[in-house]
Amino acid sequence: MKAKTKDYNEEYLNLVKRLAPRTNEPRSLFNAFIVGGFICIIGQFIRYFLMYVFGIYGDELAGATSMVLIFIGCLLTGLGVYDKIGHYAGGGSIVPITGFANSVCSPAMEFKSEGYVYGLAAKMFVVAGPIIVYGISASVATGVVYYFINLLSA
Amino acid sequence: MWDIVFMYLKAFLVGGAICTLAQVLINTTKMTSGRILVTFMLLGAVLQAFGVYELLINFAGAGATVPISGFGYLLAEGAINGAKNGLFSAITGGLKAASAGITAAVVFSFIMALIFKPKSKIN
Amino acid sequence: MGKSTIFFKNKPRIISTYTIAGPKEAQANVGKFIHETLIDDRFGEDTFEKAECKMLSSCIQKAIKNSGKSLNEIDALISGDLLNQIISASFAARDYDFSYIGVYNACSTIVESMSLAGALVDGGYMKNVVVATGSHFATAERQYRYPLELGSTRPPQSQWTVTGAGAALVSTDGIFPKILSATFGKVIDFGVTDANNMGAAMAPSACETLVTLFNETKTSPSDYDLILTGDLGALGTRLLKILIEKRGYTIDNHVDCGEIVYNIKEEEYQGGSGAGCSAVVFNSYIYDKLLKGEIKKMIFMATGALLSTVSTQQGESIPGISHAVVIES
Repeated sequence: MKAKTKDYNEEYLNLVKRLAPRTNEPRSLFNAFIVGGFICIIGQFIRYFLMYVFGIYGDELAGATSMVLIFIGCLLTGLGVYDKIGHYAGGGSIVPITGFANSVCSPAMEFKSEGYVYGLAAKMFVVAGPIIVYGISASVATGVVYYFINLLSA
Repeated sequence: MWDIVFMYLKAFLVGGAICTLAQVLINTTKMTSGRILVTFMLLGAVLQAFGVYELLINFAGAGATVPISGFGYLLAEGAINGAKNGLFSAITGGLKAASAGITAAVVFSFIMALIFKPKSKIN
Repeated sequence: MGKSTIFFKNKPRIISTYTIAGPKEAQANVGKFIHETLIDDRFGEDTFEKAECKMLSSCIQKAIKNSGKSLNEIDALISGDLLNQIISASFAARDYDFSYIGVYNACSTIVESMSLAGALVDGGYMKNVVVATGSHFATAERQYRYPLELGSTRPPQSQWTVTGAGAALVSTDGIFPKILSATFGKVIDFGVTDANNMGAAMAPSACETLVTLFNETKTSPSDYDLILTGDLGALGTRLLKILIEKRGYTIDNHVDCGEIVYNIKEEEYQGGSGAGCSAVVFNSYIYDKLLKGEIKKMIFMATGALLSTVSTQQGESIPGISHAVVIES
């Protein structure tokens, strides 16, 4: 018996594609819209609150607002609530900054059992690491390009 | 008074729309949450590199800053502002502007991970 | 073609079983047949990995106890699980003073172990061999997917890893369900790459092993009261039925452990999966029916998807494997 070659089967793959259940599109979009919008309303409320109660403005206000939201995201993750929101809302709870907090906090909790250094700390960015890597790279690229544009136009 | 209510409405609609766009991507491309976050962050950074995203922020406030694309905006905007003061601050400006978010994420996650354990899931 | 089926002449028997499952499984269809259900799926341990290991270990101990045999009479343990380097099985074997044979074939490990145990006992090399497999939702999620608390959506074609373990004691004594033959499967890969769609990855191998079994034992589906598959799930089951119809068989007496282990609601999507899935369903509900004689002759075929997180990340397709045993009450 000769060694067999890979028995990839296009016909079968098409069958799988045809039978595979689909996400309930309209409902998932609606959930994402409502939850995502609601989180942004909370963000707007925090903005106004910090502005009128603590008198914070400008860049500081943006930073403070996202800090409060990140705290909420981390707290809900710690309490074991955020993943339930995620199952319901999908993109509606992934994309807001609270979802970023969730993606940093959940691996930290998960891998704590592997120790505080190589578990909790080292694996904190297994999901969110790419955001930092590509975010900073994009930011540096933008900064350098603008620097040379400024040089040329000066 | 009415402009505050109107601001909430705009934040809701714009924020919701960005999240819906993400959901469309999830449904059609089976993208996982890490990829979604990176895509939207880059989207915000690129739009701001062309000076577009801040228009959206002026219009919708938290509706545009709360989604992760707002984080990308901060990174790009910080770099652009830094570029005015020389090459060094062009490189460091982005992270400086985004430092609040990253610091908060690291510190709060660390604290939460010290306090809580993952819960077992039944659904 | 080579031979895949071995026939047992001395009829090794499954003389006792024991199953443990988590709270979610306890509330579901087969819940009332499971010997021991946990209220807390940490099982009093501080990590989920330790809990999985403890489930396996206590399953082994209680299956032996149920049989009335003493620990000295046991010759070997054949066991496996889903975690890297099969740590749960190996660490559970630490608790025992008999030989340990660690095996891995993903979710088909239970039947693989049972076949090997049957061969050892049938050949007269050993008298009493324990087989056990288990899985845990939380440990499988961490290894194959995401942290538990990450708020991501589960795609509709995904399955839910069963928290549970099952053990069976294969021996020669008494009047108990006996293993007639074992069919070892081939690795089949039709090129499915979606790690969330394991039913589709496993169905071709399930079809292949079933057809081989029918050919080599010269039987047809109607000779069996039940054809029990491991964890194809709802979609995998549909695919298996389509595939096997093309080979000229209809299997109306087919039941899938993954499909029946939960009351299929939307959250579970395609049903259960994992090394514990078929181990829990067979060793509780189905074994009970075999003992009562409600099932006379059946095929028990567990299916496994041989993927790892590395192979998935590198874009490899998912090979499937299925092993089957024929059991008569």
